[in-house]
Amino acid sequence: MSAARFSQAVAAQFDQLCHLLFDKLESGEELSANLAAEETLFLRLNNNRVRQNTDVSQCVLSLRYQGGGRTVDHTLTLSRQEAQDRAAALAALARCRSEAALLPPDPFQVAMANHGNSREEFVGQLLAPEPLLHAIVGPAAGCDMVGFYAGGTLIRANRNSKGQSHWFASDNFFFDYSLYDDPKAVKGVYCAAVWSEADWSANLERSKRALALLQRPVQNIRPGAYRTYLAPAALSDLVGMMGWGALSGAAWKQGRSPFKKLAEQELRLSPLLSIDENFGMGLAPRFNELGEVAPERLPLISEGALANLLISSRSAKEYGLQANGASGGESPRALDVAPGTLAAPDVLAALGSGLYLSNLHYLNWSDPVSARVTGMTRYACFWVEGGEIVGPINNLRWDESLYEALGSKLLALGQTAEISPETGTYSHRNPGGIRAPGALIEGFNFTL
Amino acid sequence: MTSISHTVATALQFAGTQVPWAAVRYSRECTTHRVVRNDLPQTNDTSIDEGAMCEVLLDGHFGYAATADLSAAGLQEAFSRAIKTTRASTARKAHAFAPRQRPAVTGNYRSARARDLDATGLAEIMDCLLAATAAMKGADTLVNRMAHAMLVQTQVDYFISAGAQTSQSFDMVSLNLSATAAQGSESQTRSWSRTGQWGGEVFAREAAVQQARRVAAEALALLAAPNCPSGPMDLVLMPDQMMLQIHESIGHPLELDRILGDERNFAGWSFVEPEDFGRLRYGSELMNISFDPTRAHEFASYAYDDGGNPATKEMLIEGGILKRGLGALESQERSGIPGVANFRAASWNRAPIDRMANINLEPGTASLQDLIGQVEHGILMHTNRSWSIDDYRNKFQFGCEYGQLIENGRLGAVVRNPNYRGITVDFWNRLAGVGREDEAHGTPYCGKGEPNQIIRVGHASPPCLFKGVEVFGGQA
Repeated sequence: MSAARFSQAVAAQFDQLCHLLFDKLESGEELSANLAAEETLFLRLNNNRVRQNTDVSQCVLSLRYQGGGRTVDHTLTLSRQEAQDRAAALAALARCRSEAALLPPDPFQVAMANHGNSREEFVGQLLAPEPLLHAIVGPAAGCDMVGFYAGGTLIRANRNSKGQSHWFASDNFFFDYSLYDDPKAVKGVYCAAVWSEADWSANLERSKRALALLQRPVQNIRPGAYRTYLAPAALSDLVGMMGWGALSGAAWKQGRSPFKKLAEQELRLSPLLSIDENFGMGLAPRFNELGEVAPERLPLISEGALANLLISSRSAKEYGLQANGASGGESPRALDVAPGTLAAPDVLAALGSGLYLSNLHYLNWSDPVSARVTGMTRYACFWVEGGEIVGPINNLRWDESLYEALGSKLLALGQTAEISPETGTYSHRNPGGIRAPGALIEGFNFTL
Repeated sequence: MTSISHTVATALQFAGTQVPWAAVRYSRECTTHRVVRNDLPQTNDTSIDEGAMCEVLLDGHFGYAATADLSAAGLQEAFSRAIKTTRASTARKAHAFAPRQRPAVTGNYRSARARDLDATGLAEIMDCLLAATAAMKGADTLVNRMAHAMLVQTQVDYFISAGAQTSQSFDMVSLNLSATAAQGSESQTRSWSRTGQWGGEVFAREAAVQQARRVAAEALALLAAPNCPSGPMDLVLMPDQMMLQIHESIGHPLELDRILGDERNFAGWSFVEPEDFGRLRYGSELMNISFDPTRAHEFASYAYDDGGNPATKEMLIEGGILKRGLGALESQERSGIPGVANFRAASWNRAPIDRMANINLEPGTASLQDLIGQVEHGILMHTNRSWSIDDYRNKFQFGCEYGQLIENGRLGAVVRNPNYRGITVDFWNRLAGVGREDEAHGTPYCGKGEPNQIIRVGHASPPCLFKGVEVFGGQA
């Protein structure tokens, strides 16, 4: 089915089901409906050859029912067979009602409201499988390329019985890939709404040039503290940890936030660091699962001080805070790290002697109270001396507090920020991403 | 067999006119989350996910298309998409496969349980969860008391054009209790879980209350405890941390698709080389690791993998020597390395890949007291809290919720923020004692693959003693 036809068919069915369900509500009941739909082609490559191809068409309807002060959620996969889906949706509503009758009241239930209407559509032009494979693989001939293409139409929508309506549809793709020169590798991502042979070739050529640097002699670096440059993708990984509870209002109130000391002004980050939730980048819909619309731009960290935590309407009600359009999980959806002054051509000279890290891997809190994170170096990571790349390093484990790495140890941020698009595809393809510059850090701790 | 047999037969007949081999994997999964926090309902969420993966073999290449439209026309449309993409891919296929990678087998499986989840009422579950959070109530510093039940009912039926059909049904439960104690800027969380192929018998109120009281008391003890000391010392890991140690440093590096490079763009490669099988001393002679999908109640037990291959218990490591990989029939064909039946998909909308199932450390002969008694200066750690390992599965760092010092063979004071780090093969060669009583744990959240998949895994292990491990605590 073409992207436009899929979008239109899904929109029509969502309309019909919402009308059906809202018409069946009784006095004192409210209902919110979310839709997540996609038609996606997944191609998985190993050594520049196709390992698996999977074509997925799915449409998932999630209902939130409120009645008698109780809240029940129900999600079902739509078959796209009209009569069958109508019956399933009505059965879901009936189940919500019967469960609500058995539950204790929910004192922090947020009454549904009409948060308005919005419509965003991004039309793309995606290649059919055969020309697509030719376009991807051709320029990479002779390379050991491992990669993953995910492309198609992605839809998020929300409606509720108070009359609100939001629609977000985007035709786009990403090709997330690694070029290997056993055992070293370079990571690249190419994403767009229209495949461009020239853009893909330029992207691949950059990676090939980086791969050539990995052929220099390997440097065995001992654990210790080193002056370190995190390239934009690596800083995105580090800042991404803030989505693991650090910026959540509920996590702060429940004693679980690694940024408790920041929230309570016991500690602060570097005055060089400012981070916003920025929907103006167009990476994710502004509405959340309740249809609440976040501000286009919400400062989270301003010059090292906490400006806002992400606060859902439920947390706001429970803790007497001000909601700011956050999702129920209170994780950021469009982080944007403000750039600094370090120009790209000056990075190696500013680093002098130390480590240049293109990517980080497998991050986790190692001591949440201290906002300490552990992880590994991965892909194109180099030892630099006198502003010149000497050679790639064997991967190192690091363990470092965000209060230090992004606090007193932060020397400079890059002048140019780059977008790391969301490439997660658990259950379905997801919108989103992080924009970040590189970061120069003094005395970053490597432990193994 | 389910009611879709007829439409599947029609769709397979349609596919048979265009490709020499085809299959349909139907799945329906109902997942319910019930969460009570601080004595109040937090989440009551049910999800029903149903659909089918249509699979074709064309010129030696397997390709897939997924649909939730289970009518004959819907399945035929999915087959048409699968054929179109597979036809475009076959000239660039990674390997030439054959129908023997999908054995034509017929059979059934039903997970072990005392009482079906269908027969377990909401009132009974809520009563158990409310009682558990109430039992954690006490000091004002217990700021977060949580009880979370996840109930999963899954049906998976696999039909292939050769006429074979397997049908498997699973009831699974994960019951988690946790208490967070906080004061000033310090915060500590202690938890307990029971996870596996169980039914309604898990919601025994008194047993949950007993665990809840212990969890709350231990959270308070952690809040008052000093930081874990740092330095090389002997380490006793309890089964709820051994689970993670086995998972990350044995399970993932032995996956044959990783060794073959499929995962290099995402989760990573492996330090294990194809020639290591039959030769590599992975750990001490006390180390015996099995792939065991036959153990009742463990989280990832099954009779057939998602390629229809019958699943049997196999030894992966015996006496510390690496014997066998975690690879299904496709990876075995590509690598020539002996494997297991572990071709598994997270859902109807994902293609199967090599996954862990139940990976267990076989019991030894020591009591827990015997293990502790061997330690002059060391630490005992319970329950994973933090995990990280490199893309070749060498350098790891793991943290636990709860530590206790061991001095001169006796358990001593509680310490908080216990962590340790090491390198896989060196670490397993430090294995100096294996307990005689194991416990099975599991997680629903093992992530891998492109497109990404999370899948359920089980790990049974006794407590184990490791000599001379680098241990450290939190920031002072």
